[in-house]
Amino acid sequence: MSQWPLLSLATFLPLVGAAFVLLTRGDNEEALARNTRYVALWTSFVVLVVVLLIWAAFDTTTAEFQFVERAPWIPAFGIEFHLGIDGISLFLIVLTAFLVPVCILCSWDSIRTRVREYMIAFLVMESFIIGVFCALDFVLFYLFFEAMLIPMFLIIGIWGGPRRIYSAFKFFLYTLVGSVLLLVAVLTMYFEAGTTSIPDLMIWGFDEDLQRWLWLAMFASFAVKVPMWPFHTWLPDAHVEAPTAGSVILAGILLKMGAYGFLRFSLPMLPEASVFFTPLVYSLSIVAIIYTSLVALMQEDMKKLIAYSSVAHMGFVTIGLFSMNQQGIEGGLFQMLSHGVVSAALFLVVGVVYDRMHSRLIASYGGLVHRMPRYALVFMVFMLASVGLPGTSGFVGEFLVLVGAFQANTWVAFLATTGIVLGAAYMLWLYRRVVFGELVKAELKSISDCNRREMLFFVPLVAAVLIMGIWPESLLDAMHVSVVNLVEQTAGANEGASFAMGDGG
Amino acid sequence: MMAAFPAHDLLSILPALWLAIAGMALLMTGVFISRNVSHIVFWGAVASLVIAGFLAIVSPVGGQPFDGLLAVDAFGRFMTVLVVTGAVLALIMARGFMRRESMERFELPVLMVLATLGMYLMVQANDLMTLYVGLEMQSLALYVCAAFQQDKLRSTEAGLKYFVLGAVASGMLLYGCSLVYGFSGSTSFHGIVATLAADSDSTGILVGAVFIAAGLAFKISAVPFHMWTPDVYEGAPTPVTAFFSAAPKMAAMALLVRVLVDPFAALVDQWQQIIFLLAVGSMALGALGAIGQRNIKRLMAYSSIGHAGFALVGLAAGSEAGVHGVLVYLAIYLVMGLGTWGCILAMRRDGTMVEGIDDLAGLSRSQPALALALAVFMFSMAGIPPLAGFFGKFYVFLAAIDAGLYTLTVIGVLMSVVGAFYYIRIVKLMYFDDPADAFDRPVGRDLVPVIAVTAVVTVGFFLFSDPLLDSARNAAATLVAGVSPTGQ
Repeated sequence: MSQWPLLSLATFLPLVGAAFVLLTRGDNEEALARNTRYVALWTSFVVLVVVLLIWAAFDTTTAEFQFVERAPWIPAFGIEFHLGIDGISLFLIVLTAFLVPVCILCSWDSIRTRVREYMIAFLVMESFIIGVFCALDFVLFYLFFEAMLIPMFLIIGIWGGPRRIYSAFKFFLYTLVGSVLLLVAVLTMYFEAGTTSIPDLMIWGFDEDLQRWLWLAMFASFAVKVPMWPFHTWLPDAHVEAPTAGSVILAGILLKMGAYGFLRFSLPMLPEASVFFTPLVYSLSIVAIIYTSLVALMQEDMKKLIAYSSVAHMGFVTIGLFSMNQQGIEGGLFQMLSHGVVSAALFLVVGVVYDRMHSRLIASYGGLVHRMPRYALVFMVFMLASVGLPGTSGFVGEFLVLVGAFQANTWVAFLATTGIVLGAAYMLWLYRRVVFGELVKAELKSISDCNRREMLFFVPLVAAVLIMGIWPESLLDAMHVSVVNLVEQTAGANEGASFAMGDGG
Repeated sequence: MMAAFPAHDLLSILPALWLAIAGMALLMTGVFISRNVSHIVFWGAVASLVIAGFLAIVSPVGGQPFDGLLAVDAFGRFMTVLVVTGAVLALIMARGFMRRESMERFELPVLMVLATLGMYLMVQANDLMTLYVGLEMQSLALYVCAAFQQDKLRSTEAGLKYFVLGAVASGMLLYGCSLVYGFSGSTSFHGIVATLAADSDSTGILVGAVFIAAGLAFKISAVPFHMWTPDVYEGAPTPVTAFFSAAPKMAAMALLVRVLVDPFAALVDQWQQIIFLLAVGSMALGALGAIGQRNIKRLMAYSSIGHAGFALVGLAAGSEAGVHGVLVYLAIYLVMGLGTWGCILAMRRDGTMVEGIDDLAGLSRSQPALALALAVFMFSMAGIPPLAGFFGKFYVFLAAIDAGLYTLTVIGVLMSVVGAFYYIRIVKLMYFDDPADAFDRPVGRDLVPVIAVTAVVTVGFFLFSDPLLDSARNAAATLVAGVSPTGQ
């Protein structure tokens, strides 16, 4: 295939940028901060170009891992530096590379203290996130998966809101508890199969009793990351206290790591256990969808509302993935991408008014449409995408998930659909209270509309939402083969289990 | 027994001879040359330790000189290198501290050289007699080191506490040795192995082994023999504490590993349970006890208790992979521990040492490089990849899983999360909080290289772990393999 180690390039280029920022010295604080911002922006932009090259060269006709790079790393234990992507991970990398420049742009003016450390943390995090999605060795995956906690912890803790310390600790420790149990699972699988290579483990076929324990250990990690109800309580805190760009990365990408974990490890490696625990996942997802939607309805803080809506939307993702048919899994994957763009954009939308008014309370706003028409338009697009209006990306994801869920279990599909109604309720109500109505508050009278820098990152996001909504095949095409392959891997288990349990449908 | 006194035996313990002669020579220099002698002795001590390390690396291994009193093998060599590295770095870091605290006397380097000699004997011990002589040699030197600031109440108290409790531990150890001798009729490890292999009833030896393990558990500060650790760590002069947490800990751990895996290999089912409890207790107490500490030296004491627990997880596996895990863990702990102590030694304000963790507040503003280094060590100690501390835990848990110790592993990883809380709290203080007054600058020519090297090793370990893994594997293999032919 390609001569260049494109995946390594995409993974480690941000680190080069971070090292560059770290080593730049200067006496003029202001000039240094400005240069830092440009270095970070250009680095992330080059990464985006590299990732787009990968997408362009991606072969959509094979389920094999592509752009594979393999080198011995810890030969004594057979642990390798092994990278590669398929149709499942490709778009998560694209999403990451797409959102990081947006984050850097949106922190351009709002981050004024310790700009260098901020940009270093962001670039290091980009590197680790891309690493997570590229890694084809379980230990390497774990390394990136957990290492990412460090920059995120610092971003929330240093640049966050008033309760940032509590939130940073909660985020760190919650996620760490899950991760260490994943580590136990990794070690156990290593001794069972004698390898940590992900493609090899996928076809290994673990003993069924062991599978259940492994599945639970992995579940501890991924369910916290997703987050699934009732492991979600770190999320509203972390989202609310993180700076805007931190919320964007959290909602846009970090949550996807949990779902990616289910997709990459739980389903193909532990198919029997996944079938066995499907009712559990369904129940938790349904609770997440309905309960957190109701909670979102009553929020007074805009960021918190969007945070709870994230939990609900990720509930759709998990339902889709565990329906274990092609529509469901593709829907789940598509919903991940859609949610990655939409929730990230919604946090940016909140960030725009927060930068101006320094309040996240819904009650502080009202009638913004009179002063900010462009803002109202942008907000509306993302609000409707979040609701799942046809023509936006949200519709495709939710529709496919429901089609998949309907085939697997009618009740699940029915209950999930109620979540869509509730979702429409809280989003429309939010929009009504913030954007419409009379502009009565004195301090809002002089608020300014989105400036050029803000439009610069909103326009591509709007375009992404619409393109994904109108022409979903542009993404689905590359997923098909990999997803079909995954469905075949789990199919045997699914049939076996439905025969044994009597009511797999 | 032996009439002849082969020169070959002397040759194979060359590092020990060198250390003994160098220690005596330095002592004489200090005593008889009165003026300006302390820095000559200091650099002489550093040089002799480095040379001893070099001799240990180049001298051949595989012999059992003096009729099996010592076992000069790859395991001993690996641990000697760790011990000497710890001693050298701790000594270098002590330089500036000694000058500032006007305790620049020649005795401390000499005592540290002599303690290192004792540790050399400990890690190579192949007989209960050598074991005891080595252990006492290092302990006596360390008691004096702890009380070295004799005009400070805290320091003398630490020395006294360490001495009294250490004497109790030595007593237990001796009692255990005498029981083992009484029931097996031999003090040599081979003799014990042979008796255990021949005799089906091993209760007496088992009781002795338990006492020996308890005595050694004191030295590695494993729960429930840890009580002295926070007080001694807090009271002893800081560079001495750094030395305590580095070298003696390595040596005592090596001795524990060797005693359990070599002479008492046949009792593995019994001692595995003891180590299991020690490990769980140490991990839990280390993690929970540190949360309430506001003094960084006490906090590090609890941290060292916790780390001893994690290292014991590898030993509890009782396999070659387990010993390998312990060795890797110790090497990594040595590096990041010394780095942390270097950062603690840099905590000076207006010429005096400060020890409260709140004094670290806002360090990232006033001294970003120091804060970054300490943050690296803290994340590493918490076991967050890709830093070295993660791999230390990785290899011991790998061995524990291999041995089927799932419960222990799960307890261990959960305790590592509890422990992560207080490590990241230090990061929080440095990065999230408003600055306290800045520390004195410059950090010091003696500290900067140590901190820089240990930080780079901690960060870069995942790239270049092969040499360490290979030598640890080799060391573990010789220890475990050296046992099997005679043992089973």
